Amino acid sequence: MQTRRVVISGMGSISPFGRGVETLIESLFDMKSAVVNVPALNDFGGLRTRVAALVPEIDPREIPRKHRRSMSPMSVFATLACQEALGQSSPPAEYFTNGRMGIIIGSTVGSPTVTEEFFRGYLTNHSTEGMRATTFFQIMNHSCASNVAQTLGINGRILAPSSACSTSCQAIGYGFEMIAFGKQDVMLCGGADEFHPLSPAIFDIMSAASVAYNDAPHRTPRPFDSNRDGVVCSEGSGIVVLESLDSAKRRGAPILAEIAGYATRSDTSNIADPNSDSMDACIRQALEDAGISADRIDYVNAHATGTIQGDTAEAAALNRVFGGNVPVSSLKGHLGHTMAACGALETIASIAMMNKGAIVPTLNLETIDPLCANIRHVREVERLSVGILVKNNFALGGVNSSIVIRRYEHD
Amino acid sequence: MTDREIIALIDTTLVNEFELNIDDMAAEASLKDDLGLDSLDRVDMVIVLEKAFGFKMGEEEAIKAIRKLGDIHAFVINKKQQMQ
Repeated sequence: MQTRRVVISGMGSISPFGRGVETLIESLFDMKSAVVNVPALNDFGGLRTRVAALVPEIDPREIPRKHRRSMSPMSVFATLACQEALGQSSPPAEYFTNGRMGIIIGSTVGSPTVTEEFFRGYLTNHSTEGMRATTFFQIMNHSCASNVAQTLGINGRILAPSSACSTSCQAIGYGFEMIAFGKQDVMLCGGADEFHPLSPAIFDIMSAASVAYNDAPHRTPRPFDSNRDGVVCSEGSGIVVLESLDSAKRRGAPILAEIAGYATRSDTSNIADPNSDSMDACIRQALEDAGISADRIDYVNAHATGTIQGDTAEAAALNRVFGGNVPVSSLKGHLGHTMAACGALETIASIAMMNKGAIVPTLNLETIDPLCANIRHVREVERLSVGILVKNNFALGGVNSSIVIRRYEHD
Repeated sequence: MTDREIIALIDTTLVNEFELNIDDMAAEASLKDDLGLDSLDRVDMVIVLEKAFGFKMGEEEAIKAIRKLGDIHAFVINKKQQMQ
């Protein structure tokens, strides 16, 4: 079947380092950690972790009240990231209203902050009195996608995948397929999440949250390191503008990279435990989709969150697919786990690395876990010509996803 | 509370909630066309006014007929008088 080539013509970021892709990339190459001690986490009984990476305060009032009233922080993040991405891509006005430009933006859940407010009133008073009409629009699972569409006036397809850590990787993948198969010409794809104590609590309950570095937050998480002790939750939004190559070339849009292939698969071996065979199969399927053999991959941006099970399973899968010589790094040490945003934010960073010809190493990787020593870790900023890379994300619930991204060779 | 104080409290409550300009808060201002309040805003308007004045208004039939800011002023003034 004849499919269309799909490129990335814009990128936008709201990350724990602040606003903008440039801020994100500079901070990563400067080897900064966004992780801090969060004293407010002391207030929750049973919660052992005290660390997180939070988006610096953003004044949302630049978004008109009419649209802001239905937004929780995650929708604010997504909207501002979309505005940045569209600013770079600059699609013509008619794209917004011709039904050929769509949105795929997901989150792990609807706003946990607003959901907590809703249930506080409901459980305390057993009444809906005093509940605002705009509450529902903040707690629905497609809140980010809807709010972005309303604010920016985009009337093509709208979809909100929700698969935790795989959310925005899937968003990009599904956007890629919709454009490749001619159903849409441009798609804003990505994810967003806002921090709430429930996020680290979920990992803490499973003994998968970092708890040993509460007084030294910059030293955690530690992907692939012998002394890692789990996930650090964070927040933000990453958005990429996907566009058919024909459209991007016709209007002279910036072409930052090309999506070459994508796969997503369910891992039915366990709802929580990562499985290297399933990861292996997902990566291979993405390579097959791209028509690219494993020996042509120059860099892998790993999911690697800093848990023992996840890191070792991913390292084993990468070793089997690529051998031990392909450079691998994870950005979780810098950013923490931005949850539904991580796939897109890490894709954005990977494309920036590709275009800069340099790779960001894994922060806090000091002593490689022997079980993860079977792959080639990037330990310091490396000059490297990257023609093709793989981006992985693997989610609780058994949702694996991999994207193959190729440098676009301009005519 | 005097009528003037009631009107001032209504206006400042709505200005703060809906980020309106106090200079636009004229009695003849249309909620929809002049102040830009749609159906969702009207629900939230009742909630913030109930909180400001400490009594229920959402169930009142008269609320549904309100079109102008002056209609709200009159409604709340009337309601306050009934309660005294």
